[in-house]
Amino acid sequence: MECVFGLVGNGFAVVVADTSAVHSILVHKPNEDKILLLDSHKLMGASGEPGDRVQFTEYIQKNMSLYQFRNGIPLTTAAAANFTRGELASALRKNPYHVNILLAGYDKDIGPSLYYLDYIATLHKVDKAAFGYGSYFSLAMMDRHYHSGMSLEEAIDLVDKCITEIRSRLVVAPPNFVIKIVDKDGAREYAWRETIKDAPIPSD
Amino acid sequence: MSIFEYNGSALVAMVGKNCFAIASDRRLGVQLQTIATDFQKIYQIHDRLFLGLSGLGTDAQTLYQRLVFRHKLYQLREERDMKPETFASLVSALLYEKRFGPYFCQPVIAGLGDEDKPFICTMDSIGAKELAKDFVVAGTASESLYGACESMFKPDMEPEELFETVSQALLSSVDRDCLSGWGGHVYVVTPTEVKERILKGRMD
Repeated sequence: MECVFGLVGNGFAVVVADTSAVHSILVHKPNEDKILLLDSHKLMGASGEPGDRVQFTEYIQKNMSLYQFRNGIPLTTAAAANFTRGELASALRKNPYHVNILLAGYDKDIGPSLYYLDYIATLHKVDKAAFGYGSYFSLAMMDRHYHSGMSLEEAIDLVDKCITEIRSRLVVAPPNFVIKIVDKDGAREYAWRETIKDAPIPSD
Repeated sequence: MSIFEYNGSALVAMVGKNCFAIASDRRLGVQLQTIATDFQKIYQIHDRLFLGLSGLGTDAQTLYQRLVFRHKLYQLREERDMKPETFASLVSALLYEKRFGPYFCQPVIAGLGDEDKPFICTMDSIGAKELAKDFVVAGTASESLYGACESMFKPDMEPEELFETVSQALLSSVDRDCLSGWGGHVYVVTPTEVKERILKGRMD
């Protein structure tokens, strides 16, 4: 099952997601990126129904860009989170999106922030959060080792502890994870944690 | 599994001598898992009116946003704040509008009306008002809260004694309910000031 988790550190926020695209018992793809860069300083990690996940996150991403084109300035993380919640909430009683979202962003005057947004549009600003079966393990690890104002090294160390715990204790543990961070210099991919690499395409 | 018990909540409002208290728990959960321990369930509509929303978190957030919108429009048109009785009728009407597809919330409304007379009321998810002279309760811990309030309540309590009574009633009730707790949030409102206090209870 899909694992997404994230936490806020000292001047940055990190979001981690597994990278398996799964259909029943088949792994279609071992390197599916489930963390979208919404704009220069925002990350959206999503888990849930695959079609809804891609559709909805891309819809939000395009609306972020539209706002920026129209108004000349990007949305704050709080505004982006509330806009996303509004879209999920208005679709909820018509044609609900089955997507759980962790929205991380960096604002110049506020610093890093992380928002928990589940598929029924419950929004809450948090320091650490997780979705999926992996949440039972990653939340417990974070409850034990997290403290506010962690440095990047400490945070990545905690992320690795969570990944190790998921790999060892979850029966359907995903093999590969991607880690993305957002800080004052922007949102970017930090690292991959792979145990299974995709077979290389033959060159003849 | 009832949809009203998905997130978990406990709300109570109590009348004192020219004052009232409104209190809630602080847990945000998804069934058995706790997501956050600082989730706000009581909102201030204007300086003498408070609204608590128990039940499904997403509907509580949506309903709050709609009510703030309606109250702001009222303030622009009438150039004054809404009376608590009027606000209660507004909430009731908004809820009954969705009679055949309701918001899964139980609101608790507490305010100071004309001549600083305290007003409290609760309603069910389709807007059936229940006015009370002493206390009203809502949420997953409501049954325990009824018992605790009934035994601890005295009419015409001063603000300090009212705070103690409401706090003890809330903490003892949420300790018997696994879906609510993780502290308490108490507002004691008199004609001159609003005192907000956080309670530390059993964090489990």
